[in-house]
Amino acid sequence: MTQSYRIETGGLINRNKKISFKFNGTSYFGYEGDTLASALLANGVHLVGRSFKYHRPRGFFGAGVDEPYAVVQLYRNGETEPNIKATEQELFEGLEASSVNCWPSVNFDIGAINNFLKIFLPAGFYYKTFMWPKSFWYKIYEPFIRKAAGLGVASTKHDKERYEHKYEYCDLLIAGSGPSGLASAYSAAKNGAKVILAEDKPRYGGSLLTSDVNIGNQSGKDWADGIISELKEMPNVTVKNRSQVFGYYDHNMLVMSEKVSDHLPKTKKYHPNKRLWYIRAKEVLISSGSIERPIVFGNNDTPGVMLSSAAKEYLKVYGVLVGKKPLVFTNNDSGYETAIEFKKHGVEPIVLDSRSNPQSEIIDEAKNLGINIKNSYVVVAAQGYKKVKSADVATISEDKKTLGKIENINCDCICVSGFWTPTIHLASQSGNKTKFNEEIDAFVPGVSKQNETTLGAANGVFTLEETLKTSFEKGKELSKKITEKNNEVSIPNVVEKKYSKHDKFWCVPLPKGKSYKRFLDFQNDVAVSDVEIALKEGYRSIEHVKRYTTLGMATDQGKTSNLNGLQLVSEIENKVVPSVGHTTFRPPYTPISIGAIVGREVGKHSKPTRKSPIHNWHEEHNAVFVDAGVWLRPRYYKRGNETLFEASKREAKNVRTNVGVCDVTTLGKIDVKGPDAAEFLNRIYTNAWLKLPVGKARYGVMLREDGIVMDDGTTTRISENHYHMTTTTAQAANVLSHLEYYLQLVWPELNVNVVSTTEQWAGAAIAGPKSRDLLQKLFPKTDVSNEGLPFMGYVEGELFGVKARIFRISFSGELAYEVNVESDNGRFMWEKIIELGEEFQIQPYGTEALSTLRIEMGHVAGSELDGRTIPYDNALEGLLSKKKDFIGKRSLQRSAFVAEDRQRIVGVIPLDKRTSIPEGSHLVKDANAPLPNKKLGHISASCWSVEHDNPFSLAILKDGKNMIGEKLFVMSPLKNKVIPVEIVSSHYVDPKGERVRS
Amino acid sequence: MLHIKCPHCGIRSQNEFSYGGDATVKRPELNKEVTDQEWDNFVYNRVSPRGKHLELWQHLSGCRQWIKVERDTATHEIFNTYKANEEIA
Repeated sequence: MTQSYRIETGGLINRNKKISFKFNGTSYFGYEGDTLASALLANGVHLVGRSFKYHRPRGFFGAGVDEPYAVVQLYRNGETEPNIKATEQELFEGLEASSVNCWPSVNFDIGAINNFLKIFLPAGFYYKTFMWPKSFWYKIYEPFIRKAAGLGVASTKHDKERYEHKYEYCDLLIAGSGPSGLASAYSAAKNGAKVILAEDKPRYGGSLLTSDVNIGNQSGKDWADGIISELKEMPNVTVKNRSQVFGYYDHNMLVMSEKVSDHLPKTKKYHPNKRLWYIRAKEVLISSGSIERPIVFGNNDTPGVMLSSAAKEYLKVYGVLVGKKPLVFTNNDSGYETAIEFKKHGVEPIVLDSRSNPQSEIIDEAKNLGINIKNSYVVVAAQGYKKVKSADVATISEDKKTLGKIENINCDCICVSGFWTPTIHLASQSGNKTKFNEEIDAFVPGVSKQNETTLGAANGVFTLEETLKTSFEKGKELSKKITEKNNEVSIPNVVEKKYSKHDKFWCVPLPKGKSYKRFLDFQNDVAVSDVEIALKEGYRSIEHVKRYTTLGMATDQGKTSNLNGLQLVSEIENKVVPSVGHTTFRPPYTPISIGAIVGREVGKHSKPTRKSPIHNWHEEHNAVFVDAGVWLRPRYYKRGNETLFEASKREAKNVRTNVGVCDVTTLGKIDVKGPDAAEFLNRIYTNAWLKLPVGKARYGVMLREDGIVMDDGTTTRISENHYHMTTTTAQAANVLSHLEYYLQLVWPELNVNVVSTTEQWAGAAIAGPKSRDLLQKLFPKTDVSNEGLPFMGYVEGELFGVKARIFRISFSGELAYEVNVESDNGRFMWEKIIELGEEFQIQPYGTEALSTLRIEMGHVAGSELDGRTIPYDNALEGLLSKKKDFIGKRSLQRSAFVAEDRQRIVGVIPLDKRTSIPEGSHLVKDANAPLPNKKLGHISASCWSVEHDNPFSLAILKDGKNMIGEKLFVMSPLKNKVIPVEIVSSHYVDPKGERVRS
Repeated sequence: MLHIKCPHCGIRSQNEFSYGGDATVKRPELNKEVTDQEWDNFVYNRVSPRGKHLELWQHLSGCRQWIKVERDTATHEIFNTYKANEEIA
């Protein structure tokens, strides 16, 4: 296929390298350096999609980030990505893309019927239409909107691409590499500052790529190229293209998304697809330029209507004519630049200028070239459905209210220029109080809140000479503050054409008897009439008008529509634009891939994985692991074809009959040291700690100040001023922070130090009636008899040359010990235990058996200490000291906490002694009671009791104390189960606690 | 992301810290009789000022010290930071 709209020479593309690509199944080719948009236009393709609401045909409107129309679904290397702007997507070999928002095809779209139903789809139509009847929402409206909405389809496959995050610090971050960005970067860099210069496009230079100017006796583009290559050589400068600074956050932190690989057919090995930069800058220079704004007229969304600056960019950068019979519709001198470019390439443009008698250098040049210029003329409406075929034009009166006789002019594109809107997003995001500049009819940055300065067109300065001068000076001034150097660079002379004053005119009135749609927001199909309706219905705040009409809410965030929307509201309301104000600019400036935001934190990298030093042994012995917070713990050790249920029963049973060993390294461990350690523990825990002797452990419960149980565990007095505290695995970090809080802020007078020792110790719980026999073998030189090491006793021993701590504590309710050795010796300890335990039929047990053992003993754990229970609820009130104060004690006097029928832990057994009870089920009195059935309590933990060989659960039950013996029902709507149960004591096994003391 | 000057370590990013609430709340002394109202004020009741707020942060991924930060809740401006035991004028 020939590229009938590509000019023979010129542009910045590489004509030596052809690139083939597919759009909607048709093959085309373009050149290296093209965007998908420029390559399609070169092939004469203007129809690329359908609009969001009315499914009207959509073409290209811009040439960059402001593009509201040409949003496509991209296919690359077996992956697909929605919501890609064709104007930003660089062409690569084998690129495939398709239209979105159309069915069955972009040429014949059934949804376009909405276009004829438009009287039914006015502003706020979602709110009005889909309100009633209520029952229609889920079945009819919601699926309909879901199908109709969206700009493409997200892939459901795992994203193979890699995304990186990078943190960077610099003296000056400069966003945008146009004239102001280059000048400020250059003078700051020459003055020794650490500079990052970011450009969102692949090419540096901004407006210098397309404008006809001279800097220092070179063309603007050559000057830009020279500056860039010099900056790239400087060690204190980072220059990044394809990098969008999209967010300005607090304390001068900005985030930039660098597209590392999107322009390549395939991401290179070891390269990320995108890199997200978190940049903390001492000073930020915003040189983001400006975006041309459209003039509003009838059917101004027809493919072929586009920004005049975009037409110029396609021509100058890509060598592409957007049309061969162009009409330029302008209210300022910029349109003439585009017209002159057309003329230079042998195309005859017609210029319609809304001004009556504009005079300037550039207009003279256009006249001298013989360009047909019509003053006081406007486009009333574009004609043509899938492409502009002609334009209805008319003269307009000086007050812009009255149209003359309508004439029709043949044309194949309409290039519109309604003057320029500074890109103030970053400044506004930083907290800058923007102000309205009457001279340019747009908002510009006002008073800075953070260390940010806006330069050039983004600041409303549209002459190159002034832009360069202020930018060179600012770069110097700001860098001097930081580097305290004083290196001057000379400001080059500038040759540019002087502009005359633009016309404030922005919207063509409707001719009598016509009802053309005049669009403000092109992506969301918001027309002048929609805003008028919203105002008629009483919406006044611009924020409300925005949300009701969806003006400026599309993925382009109103880059081309916001200001015209404001003009309209202020006109109808008879206000001036500044008093209407603008809607809030929020990051991101342009859509950012979720992948880039997530970075490397996907899959198993979404959190760190902690492994015990014995982990490899578990792995080698068929352990099936479970996540316990960030720890990986063996859930059970699989033998043959065993299920979880069978294995955990076997392991638990073996603990009750022989001896088992469990890796308890994950338990939080905190060293509490200092002369006031006992006093500190006495305040932290609910029970008494002052008299605990050296060599003894004690179980303790700590509360939050609101009386809720925070954590439990044993703490052992290792020596006079040294305690070893254990916490639950889940709360380890919080408990340490809690202790530090009280030591540093509340009781700084206490001479105590706390430090986490979780990682320093490997722990093994040896539990079961034969555990003492095994311990004797492990520590032959230590007296581990019931007298030598009684329950809650502590001794230090030597495990075949390795120093060990032996605690006689029990979570399983059996005679049990916990042995700790330094982490490096963890595996050695474990293997010795297994080796010497063989004669006692030792088996390792995992968390599932651990749970079974503690549940049937009635020992509480995280599922009972769930941040909603007080000591009484867990039958721990015996641990509340009456003699001393402790954290949270005062809260326990609250009336709800002392209520007679307060909830309390109980045991639950199914009447049939067979049906397992799902955790989280509710307890009710009557299974057939009408809904809402009153909940009396909930099942906190369930197991299969190995002692009694039937299911057993723990529950937190209202008035649990008086419910023992009651028959209730367990209901689990989730599992669709109703189970009749009996309430029993939570101590189902060894209620007197004799085994642990045996 | 805020930039917080830890009085022990220097300027660090917010993600090294965790927030700890109002720093002006004083825990009633141990063993002291307090009314329900006083206790509720200590445990639950907080003002939520717009503007200057003295608050606690812990330099969790740093020196682990609790510090006091004087911050504007509306603008996020940080006026000053103090060590836990530092007297604030």
